[in-house]
Amino acid sequence: MTQTSDESKNNPEVEAIPTEPSLLDLERFPNVRKSDFRAADGTPTFIVPAEEIVDVLRHLRDEGRFTMLEDVTAIDWYPREPRYQVVYNMIALEREKVIRIKVELSGENPTIPTVTNLWPGANWYEREVFDLFGIDFEGHPDMRRIEMPDDWDGHPLRKDYPITGKRRAAVPANWLRLEGRSGPPQTN
Amino acid sequence: MEDLGIKERWLDQEEDLDRDEEEQEGAPFKELMTINMGPQHPSTHGVLRLIVTLSGEEVIKCIPEIGYLHTGIEKQAETKTYNQALTLTDRTDYLNPLINNMGFVVAVEKLLNITDQIPPRAQVTRVLLCELQRISSHLVWLGTHAMDLGAQSTFLYGMRDREKILDIFEMCSGVRMMTSYIMPGGLYADLPPDFEEAVDSFLKYFKKKWPEYHTLLTKSQLWYERTKNIAVLTPEMALAYGATGACLRASGIKYDVRKMFPYSGYETYDFEVPIGKNGDVYDRFLVRMLEVEQSISIVEQALNKLPGGEWQISDRKIVPPKKWEVATNMESLIHHFKLFTEGFKPLPGEVYSRVESARGELGYFMVSDGSNKPLRMHIRAPSFANLQLMPATLEGKALFADIVAAIGSIDIILGEVDR
Repeated sequence: MTQTSDESKNNPEVEAIPTEPSLLDLERFPNVRKSDFRAADGTPTFIVPAEEIVDVLRHLRDEGRFTMLEDVTAIDWYPREPRYQVVYNMIALEREKVIRIKVELSGENPTIPTVTNLWPGANWYEREVFDLFGIDFEGHPDMRRIEMPDDWDGHPLRKDYPITGKRRAAVPANWLRLEGRSGPPQTN
Repeated sequence: MEDLGIKERWLDQEEDLDRDEEEQEGAPFKELMTINMGPQHPSTHGVLRLIVTLSGEEVIKCIPEIGYLHTGIEKQAETKTYNQALTLTDRTDYLNPLINNMGFVVAVEKLLNITDQIPPRAQVTRVLLCELQRISSHLVWLGTHAMDLGAQSTFLYGMRDREKILDIFEMCSGVRMMTSYIMPGGLYADLPPDFEEAVDSFLKYFKKKWPEYHTLLTKSQLWYERTKNIAVLTPEMALAYGATGACLRASGIKYDVRKMFPYSGYETYDFEVPIGKNGDVYDRFLVRMLEVEQSISIVEQALNKLPGGEWQISDRKIVPPKKWEVATNMESLIHHFKLFTEGFKPLPGEVYSRVESARGELGYFMVSDGSNKPLRMHIRAPSFANLQLMPATLEGKALFADIVAAIGSIDIILGEVDR
């Protein structure tokens, strides 16, 4: 009988998926590097410094003909540093090519320039990342929460935000008043 | 005041009204009115709130507010194993759960690197069920869209025929809507013995009924007047906003995930991608109507070549062993126990999978850190991107009643927008 706890057998051997020739001119952007994280879908992935993201995306849109920004989202790698990764997925419809751009951010209040000037459709995606991760997009025309209520405390998709939500301090049972409100007992 | 009879008094008032109108004619409305449409409004297809600023009947500003149906599905998925997270995907876009399953499963199978091991019976069944799902979703869209604009009967016929499709889903998976039938590694169970017969009789019935929908709306003058040249979307605008699905194709851009990035063997089917020209509400309507005909043809092709054999891969680390194996074989029992307590662990990696849902490109961005739960599951909801377009297509170009037509033509599902 084979031993079921053989961890290496849980996954089939993953062969290196051949990535396409570079879609991004790395000589023009020397600070951009290729991501070494496994892309299981074979999408070429690049890591871009936050300051250059608008330039890189404009270059991709105008010269690489990546006309459609499909998706903007983020990953929280807590407790690893740099903690956040903002992910842009793009598609070049005529060339039938896809590309993924990532920006690494760290700190408690990370900021990144907005790309709403290039694609107005990035508006809601960036608001969502702000709402759920607390990543601020500089120059965004309407940086408000989108899914959570406006007065919400905290950013739910951060890994240090508990799944049950932030609880209030426990209230002793004898503090409960008949009217249904809680608080210290009133002494008249 | 002199005493007038009722008739004279009435005529007097009429004259006053006429005079008021004459004074106002040509002068723009000076006062703007801001009104709330939703979140509880029958024509917003869920809990969408629109803050509309009107000058008379003209829409000056239209701001969609979402988030009323936010259930934190992306956060919940991080605390569940992959097979448990599958059930959450049903609940996002509740009109096409099987295509949501499909998107999730394509992503997980790429993470596990088992995409090319899926047996042909599972692949063909997936395509068949996804296309039936697309038809059923489009029937609900057609019914509600037409009902918003005053054509009640389409809704009744649409619901009648959708029920027959849901019966087929119930036969396969045991439930009508939250199916979770397509699972990583294949299907949840084999197809029932009378499945082919049921699909065949549905197709025969539906092909006879489908032309009736066209007679109700497609060439109706009333329908033209409510939909033509309303909420026009230019191709440049559609790309800038990331619109997909029928919204993009109605503007004349031929992008269908099933053609460009085929999954589950879509490249072996013969079908066309209908595109529109003007990008208005009518073109979106027509594109979806033609899509249904293509879907019928795909279902037929899939039914004709539905092979026999296994419906799951044989890797017992990913799919559960069969019941008789668990009862007779110690090793299978251990596999069963491990799979349901711990789940499978893909290698660390990330994947963005695309499938064509009834509303557009449905993307699942999944990140694995090597544990049995996804580190991140992001759903790129097509309605989310398409809904963003609404202000741009309406502001300064539409009347108040056109908002209802525009919402219907985008075909939003708030469960998917808010997640």
